[in-house]
Amino acid sequence: MDYFDRFAVPHPSPAIYASMVAIGLTVIAIFAGLTYFKKWGYLWREWLTTVDHKRIGIMYLISALLMLFRGGADAIMMRAQLAAPENTLLDAQHYNEIFTTHGIVMIIFMAMPFIMAFMNFVVPLQIGARDVAFPRLNALSFWLFFMGAMLLNISFVVGGSPDAGWTSYFPLASNEFSESVGTNYYMFALQISGLGTLMTGINMITTILKMRAPGMTLMKMPMFTWSSLVANIIIVFAFPVLTVALLMGTMDRLFATNFFTTANGGMDMLWANFFWVWGHPEVYILILPAFGIYSEIISTFSRRNLYGYKSMVGSMVIISLLSFLVWTHHFFTMGQGALTNSIFSITTMAIAVPTGVKIFNWLFTLWKGKIVITTPMLYSLLFIPIFTIGGVTGVMLGMSAADYQYHNTMFLVAHFHMVIIPGVVFGMLAGLHYYWPKMFGFKLNDKIGKVEAWVISMSTLLAFMPMFFSGLDGQARRMYTYSESTGFGIYNMISMVGAVGLAIGFCLIVYNVYYSTRYASRDVGSDPWNARTLEWATHSPVPEYNFAMTPQVNSLEPFWDAKKRGHELFTGYYEKIHMPNNSGVPFILGCIFFAWGFSFIFGMWIPAIVTTIGIFACMAYRSFENDHGRYISVNEIQKTETSRGA
Amino acid sequence: MKIDNSLPLEYSTGQNQANILGFWIFIGAEIMLFGTLFAAYFTLVDRTGNGPTGADIFEIAPLLIETFVLLTSSFTIGLAIHAMRLGKQKAMMAFLGITLLLGLVFLSVEIFEFNHFYHVGAGLQTSAFTAILLTTLGTHGGHVTFGLLWGTAIILQIRKRGLTPETANKSFIFSLYWHFLDVVWIFIFSFIYLKGLM
Ligand code: HEM
Ligand SMILES: [Cu+2]
Repeated sequence: MDYFDRFAVPHPSPAIYASMVAIGLTVIAIFAGLTYFKKWGYLWREWLTTVDHKRIGIMYLISALLMLFRGGADAIMMRAQLAAPENTLLDAQHYNEIFTTHGIVMIIFMAMPFIMAFMNFVVPLQIGARDVAFPRLNALSFWLFFMGAMLLNISFVVGGSPDAGWTSYFPLASNEFSESVGTNYYMFALQISGLGTLMTGINMITTILKMRAPGMTLMKMPMFTWSSLVANIIIVFAFPVLTVALLMGTMDRLFATNFFTTANGGMDMLWANFFWVWGHPEVYILILPAFGIYSEIISTFSRRNLYGYKSMVGSMVIISLLSFLVWTHHFFTMGQGALTNSIFSITTMAIAVPTGVKIFNWLFTLWKGKIVITTPMLYSLLFIPIFTIGGVTGVMLGMSAADYQYHNTMFLVAHFHMVIIPGVVFGMLAGLHYYWPKMFGFKLNDKIGKVEAWVISMSTLLAFMPMFFSGLDGQARRMYTYSESTGFGIYNMISMVGAVGLAIGFCLIVYNVYYSTRYASRDVGSDPWNARTLEWATHSPVPEYNFAMTPQVNSLEPFWDAKKRGHELFTGYYEKIHMPNNSGVPFILGCIFFAWGFSFIFGMWIPAIVTTIGIFACMAYRSFENDHGRYISVNEIQKTETSRGA
Repeated sequence: MKIDNSLPLEYSTGQNQANILGFWIFIGAEIMLFGTLFAAYFTLVDRTGNGPTGADIFEIAPLLIETFVLLTSSFTIGLAIHAMRLGKQKAMMAFLGITLLLGLVFLSVEIFEFNHFYHVGAGLQTSAFTAILLTTLGTHGGHVTFGLLWGTAIILQIRKRGLTPETANKSFIFSLYWHFLDVVWIFIFSFIYLKGLM
């Protein structure tokens, strides 16, 4: 292969050329627009260099929504290809690339930043802190995630996308069977964004352990903060496993080592094990913060405190431990013997118990509550039954003997979509509507919101329920077509309808954002939902220092107590507030990491060395920099507070 | 910045305490990282293909030098932190310098050892065993290399700024890092080398 051939699109098609043109035009439009409106300075000062947890949260949010549409486009293409038997919309290779990038984008670059968005935005507010423990590191985390996402997203126009599945099993993912640079993209995109995630994990744990407002003991933390704490602990223990697996996979591909090969002692199953030792905890990293958001919303809109706080915390801790003990259930059929399979079957089914405890706690919160149905609440109420279908089928899959029938069929695909969509996606959308007024100072339209929730949830059922049946009938996952005689056609056609419905639902969200930005009332106050926790005790949108005075906490629901029981949340007087300075280093370092990854992906060793030196240079710069931050004066605080009507 | 003088310098501000806690959590992640490498090592140790086994290639002499040097450096960095607590900047810098020097010796011997492995036919691509051996050792060695750069940066900063809450904090965290690398080496020494030589 000629050197430059590697950069070419592996299987050119009009669609890919069209996307190249579209990407080019969008980039030009963005540059032209920024120049024309003289917004470069604004972009740099307010966003690219920001270290404010709220702005970083909003950037995560925007990225997540963009990636939702990128992954959604993949999904529509897959469903269109499968909608009819022997369809020729996509060829096998193209289909492989699309299901691979769909999985990676949705899990790593949509769901992860979505939870990061809320963890960043909400956690410091919920615990009454000024920012996270390490604001700069936080910015670096974001830029690493973002650059990882960009790397993966350029793959389909520069050199080809990964095509070995989001699980990237070896030996399929080796050079021998995946010749294009696609899998190199996989390795580096995940490695770079994974580093960012690990740093977030460390940052959030430290924040939660060290920076809580006076009086907020661990058992007085709001449930979302608890769920974030547990999820971040899982991150810190799970992500290094992925780091090592990716390192070994990279070495196999770039330096011809024999970790996962089938020659010279290599062991392909080692990859599968490492991948799932990270991968299973990863699904709980995603779901636990979503559970936290549901807990906040359900308690707010049932107008009562959360039922079973202690058992909620306990079940999360148990889930976090068990999540490391079940990974083998992803490959029951790959020959580890009856005893091992049985043990992992039992641990797998055991996880359903604490999950069930949480479901019942939400139900008991609703029971005797005064339920108010708003958009966030509607999403939460729809989540419970649909998620339960996913959970119950998970237990079916967990029985190793039966799994021989279900494994790698559409039944499995139905299972994980039925947990991830109602669990994580509904949770994030509920959070989006719930926290929108805190972020931007106005509510999203409730009528449109409810239509969204119904369209999305019914479409989810329509898209994924048929897969349970076609899977039991034997339709394999990741097959790009099937013959008419199998009879799968009708199931897939229904799924297609559901997929289109989901697309419509997501477009409705965009419409809602547009509509509400134009027409919604800006006069919603700081507590539009009559909520219970600290994040609602400060203004909306939140001033950069969060709280003018540090709140005093006496119970689980200090803000509720302040409203109803005369608890004094803010006592004392204003003092000057210490804030970190903005910094361009995280963004620049992120860009260098992008170039670094790109160089390795294509085996360009000189740029690889140069960028490696660049990375160290940035770190050294940061180490020698003498930056003590700045103070916001009492005067300034007073001005801000009066202008916000305090 | 509120400074609490009843605490040692490295713990004296809220940010410093957060830094130290954060670094402990980072060490937790590092334990997972090396734990995974060890798990891979134990899985692949007998999968030597056509290549040599551990017993074929391990040499006692460099191993003992490495171990001795690294353990001593862990002791000297302990002395450095002790000196720091007493406010003796000169002594502290001297001990830090000795620590880094010992680290450099360790690294040189390790490079020599890698060269030896390569010449007796245990290259990165030889077998799954050699790959995981060199990767595990290399990851540890890479950490030591990073430590040398980091330690040098800290020495320069103390020279310029003296012992402030910030430089003290950095030094203390660096010492945690260095001790941790030592602990990892003890595992490498016992479970990779000694077990391999038996
Ligand atoms: C009630 C608890 C659950 C149980 C018992 C369970 C069980 C299982 C089992 C046994 C498999 C492997 C099946 C096979 O490959 O044949 C599986 C796959 C999967 N599960 Fe679950 N699960 C549960 C909850 C969840 C949750 C909450 C999520 C995500 C938020 C999730 C996401 C996934 C994913 C992504 C896969 C498949 C990945 C792939 O092969 O590409 N599961 N589950
Ligand atoms: Cu699993």
